Amino acid sequence: MSGAANFRKDAVLRPESETDLAEAIASANSPLRIEGGGTRPVGRCAGKLLTTSGIAGITLYEPGALTMVAKAGTPLAEIAAALDAENQQLAFEPMDHRPLLGTDGTPTIGGVFAANVSGPRRIQCGAARDFLLGVRFVDGQGRILSNGGRVMKNVTGYDLVKLMAGNRGTLGVLSEVSFKVLPQPEATATVMLEGLDLRDAVKAMSAALGSPFDVAGAAHVQNKTVLRVEGFVASVTYRAQALSEKLGKFGAAKTLTNAEENTSLWQSVRDVTALGTYPAVWRLSLKPGDTESLFLKLRRLHDGFLGKTILDWGGGLVWLAADREMLMDMSMQAGPNDHCEPDMGVRVGHMNLQELAQDLGGHATLIKAPEEVWPHVNAFQPEPPPLAALSDGIRQKFDPRGVLNRGLMGGM
Amino acid sequence: MEMPKPNPKILARKAEFLAQLANILPPDAIISDPFETRAYECDALTAYKCPPLAAVLPSSTAEVADVLRLCHRMGVPVVPRGAGTSLAGGALPTADSVILGVARMNEVLETDYDNRFVRVQTGRTNLSVTRAVEEHGFFYAPDPSSQLACAIAGNIAMNSGGAHCLKYGVTTNNLMGVTMVLMDGTVAELGGAHLDAGGLDLLGVVCGSEGQLGVVTEATLRILHKPEGARPVLIGFDSNEVAGHCVSDIIKAGVLPVAIEFMDRPCIRATEAFAGAGYPDCEALLIVEVEGSEDEIDVQLGKISEIARTHNPVELRQSNSADESARIWLGRKSAFGAMGQINDYMCLDGTIPVSQLPYVLRRIGEMSAEFGLGVGNVFHAGDGNMHPLILFDANKPGDLEKCEAFGAEILKLCVEVGGCLTGEHGVGVEKRDLMSHQYAPEDLDIQMAIKDVFDPKWLLNPAKVFPLAASEPRRIAAE
Repeated sequence: MSGAANFRKDAVLRPESETDLAEAIASANSPLRIEGGGTRPVGRCAGKLLTTSGIAGITLYEPGALTMVAKAGTPLAEIAAALDAENQQLAFEPMDHRPLLGTDGTPTIGGVFAANVSGPRRIQCGAARDFLLGVRFVDGQGRILSNGGRVMKNVTGYDLVKLMAGNRGTLGVLSEVSFKVLPQPEATATVMLEGLDLRDAVKAMSAALGSPFDVAGAAHVQNKTVLRVEGFVASVTYRAQALSEKLGKFGAAKTLTNAEENTSLWQSVRDVTALGTYPAVWRLSLKPGDTESLFLKLRRLHDGFLGKTILDWGGGLVWLAADREMLMDMSMQAGPNDHCEPDMGVRVGHMNLQELAQDLGGHATLIKAPEEVWPHVNAFQPEPPPLAALSDGIRQKFDPRGVLNRGLMGGM
Repeated sequence: MEMPKPNPKILARKAEFLAQLANILPPDAIISDPFETRAYECDALTAYKCPPLAAVLPSSTAEVADVLRLCHRMGVPVVPRGAGTSLAGGALPTADSVILGVARMNEVLETDYDNRFVRVQTGRTNLSVTRAVEEHGFFYAPDPSSQLACAIAGNIAMNSGGAHCLKYGVTTNNLMGVTMVLMDGTVAELGGAHLDAGGLDLLGVVCGSEGQLGVVTEATLRILHKPEGARPVLIGFDSNEVAGHCVSDIIKAGVLPVAIEFMDRPCIRATEAFAGAGYPDCEALLIVEVEGSEDEIDVQLGKISEIARTHNPVELRQSNSADESARIWLGRKSAFGAMGQINDYMCLDGTIPVSQLPYVLRRIGEMSAEFGLGVGNVFHAGDGNMHPLILFDANKPGDLEKCEAFGAEILKLCVEVGGCLTGEHGVGVEKRDLMSHQYAPEDLDIQMAIKDVFDPKWLLNPAKVFPLAASEPRRIAAE
């Protein structure tokens, strides 16, 4: 059952073609809530549910050109299977949110791009937005629009492809996406350091990422600092060795070469599975070096955060979680209140974390929270005034009637 | 090339405008002498020229904001300019516009090797960004051919690419943040040293917007550690088609070269005559470069050679030293100069799906005969970004027009086979009126709606990117 299930009141709109999608949006006289597979409900908005899951199928796949075109509702598993048959993959490694959020359902390729979901390899090869080559979408007026194409280099007109990546259905509903794919590596190895504190972990990851060894993953999970190298067997062996030597000052490194172990390790990093049991989870994007300052300030908010922190992207992506006890503690900071206490704890934590992120020039998003919290918070980092004005202006142009995921990302 | 008629009201207020400029900029930052403004009458697309009302060279973001505020108030169009190397006429002024050049803003503001970024003022040249970080072993990846001269400001405006973007991506994939001044003088910070946007990806829209949304004065750029080494292999084929298949097979095999460059016979012959790089006289030539340690390079080049051999190459020359690498690259790097020796040329920039390579090259050959103009092809084959060079004689009446008509047909062909008009040079004025071949009216309308938000008065680089007829109602409404 989707976490957003309690908004499901009326019949669900499930168009089966782009034309039907356009008609459904054009004729909507009240807000719509847009969903792909419904596996990543981050933030909430009210409205009649419209799912793109009926607009599905791979339209074109050219392995020799590293490109695929698929309808937005195509299940991610179908895409992965087609790519796997050609030894290719979605290199940006989109996270599966289901283990963390406890959702079920079928993730779709449209959902991946609409939320710009990227995994550990983001630091090496780019985010979902960097792989998206072209989009077809329906805007808030029901117009069928397209931008970009299916070639890797394209500067023809404004790059609305980037704008649509991560727009979360607030500007338009994706109907078709074309994207770049890459070969699967022949081999993978992970260089692992144990027992580093968060500060040294970031230093070790920075040293690795600043090396010539093409590190394709740098994370710190439960006391283990893990660095991934990929490629042809001989090359991986060489680079794993070179990396271990370079990181010698941080301790003796172990190297994992077993394929299954590597797959499951990096899948757990990607999906943040270690935090699946916590009721509240945040995702912060920061300059990696600012994590030190973040941790100092976090200690003041609640030192319980530190033991559960997961770092990815060399420290630039910080996952924070709070358990019930921490939420109770933080709710005390709000003073006497008549709300359920853990919920107030999430709100206090969220406010503080967004302030911290803003001070550090990054952003914080509330990814997981008890359902009761959502009506009171904006999951996404509020933008500073000039940017908020631009974003609002763009939303007005794309969705003047405010029917698409209204208010989900703030504004209007 | 049609440009909007200069607004007589602005021309009439020139003296007043200059006086106002003098209040906000030092005298040496204002160029209004008709003789001196000729230096700004065109960019690298020299076929079109028009001296601007004035050119200004501010030294800080604050000065840029002052200039834009003034122009906004007086309704003076502004044409931002980096180093003026645009091949698409992106910095072509109109008589009633002011050129805003960022050339004096060329400082490195911050280098951070731990966090792998550099923050620079955007007048800095592309290559000098790498120069600033290379002693620590780092580099800035996008490498347009003009990298010695072109400015980061222009790279951002056009989302520039280069030979090595097959592996490292283009500007937008390496741009982390900008300081941008909006037309009304508002200073906005987009992105920064962290990854990805917290809200809408406005940075992604600004990159490649051809100076129409704001003036970017500072940029945070991702830097990478240099690989241990790089070496190419040169492969010659007796048909374009076979070379195209070889490219596709290399990519499918899981080797990801940093560059796959392609030259056809006319281009090979011209460069041989010019540079004497020792290229074989064949139909098509590939230069494939890979990176890593010496052993890693050998393994990858071995795999590539193995694939190439299945396509019966007429030449297969693997570089084993820096000297041999330089010789292999010599011809490719002098290709444009070599073609320029033969005649004037126009360089196109369409992108096509790699699978369409043989068909498109054949069609270009046929059209070359129809138009009676020679054409050489040299391009980034790995990503399908073509650079047909059409030869013409600028002194022969009608030749330029014929060349432009030929170029337009090639670009339409690119769109027809599933590609696009421009892969890395930008639309500018050059391809502006072809945009309707790639985009439906409503697709152009939603792009123009973005400009409405950033620059409601349509004062920034107003006559570029969109077909003049398409943008006219908006430009007139804004006046």
